[in-house]
Amino acid sequence: MRTHKVFIVFVFVVVWEVVAVLANSRFLPSPLHVGTTFWNLLSSGALFRHAAVSLARVLAGFLLALAVGLPLGVLMGWFPKMENLSVIIEMLRPIPPLAWIPLAMLWFGIGFQSKAFIIFIGAFFPILSNALLGVRETEPYLVEAGRVLGASDSQILRNIILPNSFPSILEGLRIGLGIAWMCLVAAELTGLNPPLGLGYLIMEARDLGRADTVMAGMIAIGVIGYAMNIALRQLEKRLVRWRP
Amino acid sequence: MITLEQVAKTIGELPILEAVSLSVKKGQFMCLVGPSGCGKTTLLKCIAGLRTYEGKIRIDGRLSQGINPKIGYVFQEFSLFPFLTVKGNMEFGLRIQKKPRKEMDDIVASLLDLFLLQGFEHAYPHELSGGMQKKVAIARALATDPEILLMDEPFVSLDAQTRNMLQKELLRIWNKTHKTILFITHNVDEAVFLADRVMVLTRRPATVKEEFLIDLERERDRTSPEFVSVRKEILKELEEEYVEQVDRGYKGL
Ligand SMILES: Nc1ncnc2c1ncn2[C@@H]1O[C@H](COP(=O)(O)OP(=O)(O)OP(=O)(O)O)[C@@H](O)[C@H]1O
Ligand SMILES: [Mg+2]
Repeated sequence: MRTHKVFIVFVFVVVWEVVAVLANSRFLPSPLHVGTTFWNLLSSGALFRHAAVSLARVLAGFLLALAVGLPLGVLMGWFPKMENLSVIIEMLRPIPPLAWIPLAMLWFGIGFQSKAFIIFIGAFFPILSNALLGVRETEPYLVEAGRVLGASDSQILRNIILPNSFPSILEGLRIGLGIAWMCLVAAELTGLNPPLGLGYLIMEARDLGRADTVMAGMIAIGVIGYAMNIALRQLEKRLVRWRP
Repeated sequence: MITLEQVAKTIGELPILEAVSLSVKKGQFMCLVGPSGCGKTTLLKCIAGLRTYEGKIRIDGRLSQGINPKIGYVFQEFSLFPFLTVKGNMEFGLRIQKKPRKEMDDIVASLLDLFLLQGFEHAYPHELSGGMQKKVAIARALATDPEILLMDEPFVSLDAQTRNMLQKELLRIWNKTHKTILFITHNVDEAVFLADRVMVLTRRPATVKEEFLIDLERERDRTSPEFVSVRKEILKELEEEYVEQVDRGYKGL
């Protein structure tokens, strides 16, 4: 299985190399060229600085989305009256997070808050709807089983509904984080202050016509997104051992 | 002791229960049989305080209001908390009652012994067989030591061998603990094997159709002439309900 994956990556790199040689264009650098640029960015610490700024923005927006989306989703699942809110939610959800960029710029300028806001929008909906779904799909007989054992409403929420929805909640976090990461890079493609971040790195390189730096930046974005997804999956496996 | 006086229940426009009156004496084992969909589960949930109803339900002479700690309930579904281990499930009610750790451990240990589940305390429900899950569900209901046990088709969907074994185990536990048991089943054979009294309910809306006293020595021999003859009588009553249901269905066409 593992050797399989390594082989596929190898084939991909070989095809890239061949195409790059055939195209012989300055805008399609060879894998070796991109690898060298990547290494230089890494060893100079530039990549790390850009990535750290991007991660900080994602973390801020993501935590905010978690702090608002999770409780709201749980409450909407638990109180039938709160569910009416879903009219608004369902109308806002189809708006792509990037469509919020102009408004974010008007409200928050082009700094940290503006980026964090876009990320918040991106991560908010999956976190909310997965929490809502988890709560709503808790089988009624589990709730009744708690009731006949004497549990109060708040005990049922804490000791039955929440743990039972936990896999769904975690799933929402994973999807939310993935979307947040994608939104971030797009948000960074627009104006920025301070001029840092992986999205900014790419845009700046484009202005300079440096396709190798663009690709190195893209690889960094892909690797970090991949790593975050894997990390959350591992966490899920660890925390939800009770699932078949 | 459970007493029902003229208990009725309507959901929307649909009458589910109609004038159900019956009483189960302390320490008695009563089975309810009735056609499927007639309202058995609804009746049991009314007694447990999980549903509203009209009429009167008394537990030990006192009018029942909401959930009663004297009542333990075993659900028709596989209703263990999937995120808790066997031990966690058994402890659930005890934790709610804020029992000290030591006492909880002792109770769980004795339940594991009683149900022959030693060694499985740290297993999660999905790691258990269907029969074991049913046993844990019964143990969970018994953990808080309720006087009354309401059981809704607890052995349905199990193979015949497991079912027979669990029936015997239940009788063993009943002999030990002297609980009052109200037990729903589709299976007339099961009812006659277990119960002191069998109540046959009508099709929906359910009401008591007929009562049978099963005055046979335990452990009962399912092939004895007495057993077979009571079984036949009950089946006959039950089949009448199904036939009428079918007749009505045709007329409705
Ligand atoms: N919440 C509900 N809303 C509407 N109808 C309901 C509801 N709960 C039960 N019913 C109806 O009430 C009737 C009795 O249901 P109940 O579950 O009590 O039957 P039962 O005798 O336990 O059936 P079974 O033998 O299949 O377990 C059924 O016709 C069912 O459709
Ligand atoms: Mg039922």
